[in-house]
Amino acid sequence: MTVALHHQTAVCPGCVAAPSEAVEVAPTQARLAISLPTIHCQACISAVERGLNAVPGVRDARVNLTLKRALIEADPEMRAVDLIPVCEGLGYEAHELDLAALSATETDRAGRDLLLRLAVAGFASMNVMLLSVSVWSGASDATRDLFHWISAAITFPAVIYAGQPFYRNAWAALRARRLNMDVPIVLALVLALVTSLWETSLSGEHAYFDAALTLTFFLLAGRYLDHRTRAAARSAAEELAALEVPRAWRLDGQGQEVEVSVAALAVGDLIRVRPGGRMPVDGEIVAGRSELDRSLLTGETLPVLAEPGTRVSAGEVNLTGPLTLRATAVGQETSLHRMADLVAIAESGRSRYTSLADSAAKLYAPGVHILSALAFLGWYLYTFDLRTALNIAAAVLIITCPCALGLAVPAVTTAASGRLFRAGLLVKHATALERLAEVDTVVFDKTGTLTEGTPAVVNLSELSADQQALALALAEGSAHPLAKALTRAARAAGVTPAEVSDLREVPGYGTEAVLQGRRVRLGRGAWVGVATSVTQTATWLDPGDGAPVAVRFTDALRPGAQAVVDALRAAGKEVILISGDATAAVEDLATRLGIRNWVAEALPDHKAARVAALTQKGHKVLMVGDGLNDTAALAGAHVSISPASALDAARVASDIVLLGRDLSPIAEACHVAERATKRIRENFQIATLYNLIAVPLAIVGLCSPLIAALAMSTSSITVSLNALRLR
Amino acid sequence: MTVLSYLIPISLVLGAAGLIGFIYTVRTNQYEDPEGDARRILSDEWDDHPKP
Repeated sequence: MTVALHHQTAVCPGCVAAPSEAVEVAPTQARLAISLPTIHCQACISAVERGLNAVPGVRDARVNLTLKRALIEADPEMRAVDLIPVCEGLGYEAHELDLAALSATETDRAGRDLLLRLAVAGFASMNVMLLSVSVWSGASDATRDLFHWISAAITFPAVIYAGQPFYRNAWAALRARRLNMDVPIVLALVLALVTSLWETSLSGEHAYFDAALTLTFFLLAGRYLDHRTRAAARSAAEELAALEVPRAWRLDGQGQEVEVSVAALAVGDLIRVRPGGRMPVDGEIVAGRSELDRSLLTGETLPVLAEPGTRVSAGEVNLTGPLTLRATAVGQETSLHRMADLVAIAESGRSRYTSLADSAAKLYAPGVHILSALAFLGWYLYTFDLRTALNIAAAVLIITCPCALGLAVPAVTTAASGRLFRAGLLVKHATALERLAEVDTVVFDKTGTLTEGTPAVVNLSELSADQQALALALAEGSAHPLAKALTRAARAAGVTPAEVSDLREVPGYGTEAVLQGRRVRLGRGAWVGVATSVTQTATWLDPGDGAPVAVRFTDALRPGAQAVVDALRAAGKEVILISGDATAAVEDLATRLGIRNWVAEALPDHKAARVAALTQKGHKVLMVGDGLNDTAALAGAHVSISPASALDAARVASDIVLLGRDLSPIAEACHVAERATKRIRENFQIATLYNLIAVPLAIVGLCSPLIAALAMSTSSITVSLNALRLR
Repeated sequence: MTVLSYLIPISLVLGAAGLIGFIYTVRTNQYEDPEGDARRILSDEWDDHPKP
């Protein structure tokens, strides 16, 4: 919270006229955030806070265990990168968070506002309920009037304050000449308050003050639950985005690297991309030699050679050597952003889904108004007594009030989202669960979704012991993913590296060394001296005798990939594999997983078109994908899931984010979604049942405020308990 | 029934005190980190002197 301090420096009255505007000053402190996913107890809090506070330059560090984050106030020149080794030194995994991307989570004004209104409605309804109980249990005459007047004095300000979200929504709907759930709510509140006040002023017996307040309280509870579920999903999604700090290294006139934010880059800038880094912009390589991983953009698993003159697009990953590129397109102009247009087209094609709550409201809102108007008219024509007729119309509106309906959906989605979050799935969209329940076809992407996107060695045992030792020695000299995978596999097989000298890496090609006077190499086929015609990912080992051998790799399956495909097929859903990768690789994976329908070498718009074609045929498609080439298909599918390792654009386009590496929660999610939808329908039936019993009573004029209060509370509580069975 | 004239104001004042207390806790961000606060109480770091 920031408070503007206005210093009145002048002491004599004559100087007060001097301007005392706030002067723009340089920031005197920096606010930093670090994500600490592994902290879990009081000892962790103390250790991290003590460690961070001991760093010179840190003014205050506070850990938030619920969000698993540390917020630090420090000197302006301090950067979060400097503090990460401190946390890692203490034994905690730490990641830098971009505070700008977290802004919305920090001040959850809407949530706080709803909570305050809920508290006021709760307080007022308790007090009024106590007074009403005394009236129902027999208070009469002057005492009853006194209690009614006190109730009125509490109810009016409370309802006017607490009910504001409903008034606003109802007004917005009426202005657009529509009816929504809030219109009958507001009408019920207003009518109940007016008739009750009128009755009270005439010393009448029935007043609905407690009903009006309980109504507000239960409805606000539903809204608050709804808001909390969405806010939790939003904050987790923001945290994912904040983990990717957009930063680049620009070369200045003297060839010095200067760290800048990606937003500050311009066309023509020279940018240095280190091995392991992602291209921040589209550009052309001017210096350096390396290999590029394009899998997130195209689905190809084979690394591509990069040398001066090669064009690169934002989002590709540099693998081996440092590269310098000249930017040809930045920001919105990059190919990464142009993909957004494709997404927008796909989204407009997505059939407008009406949620269960909306379709219920469409039936319900006009019905209630007609019913209550008919009750009013009937009684007025029967008795010609405005007071009785108005009383009965108010009773009908209160009885039919959508209390239980307002709780029916949020209570279930809160319970189901909570359960899925514990299973490792983040539900981002409000109606995602309902849509997931309807799915009958599941489309998977290959690279990065069903597979890890990291290679694993296939044929290590085909190499002789000497070759294995040599391969390990050469592979250890490189940080290339294939070399790393080879190192891992050889180490696991118990191989000891051969003694080599002059080991060096040739970026873009491989590693070479000298073994017993002979030159040995591990790397690209062309470099080693063989014509590569293999479609499978492979690296070649030249042991110096002129007969190079291939070390073949396959993309490792994600854990749970087999389980999720089996479970989905067992549940009677059709599973399809669509990938941008080469035919051989896709076919191999499809046979391994037992998927009969597969498509290879699919371009981004082909993926989207295929999803659209399936939708046209009446299928409800669940798309699971991670790459940029999947975003249009993700946005176009009935419902979509992407893993947390996906590009930001893909995560934004999908409804559900898979937080862990394991894929198996997807099958569970489909099951939970089906059960959640069933519970929502059950809840609607329960609410209708209560109405069927109480509405006839209200229409014939037998409904006392006591019956109204009982019907309303029991139906709301039954609905909430039914939802809790999902947890 | 004169007792009502004491009891009703008392009950309202007590209820209002609870409400104001709740509003105070919301306004001072006391629900930001419920898990951490529940565990901080177990730490004896600032038991002898308050945090500077």
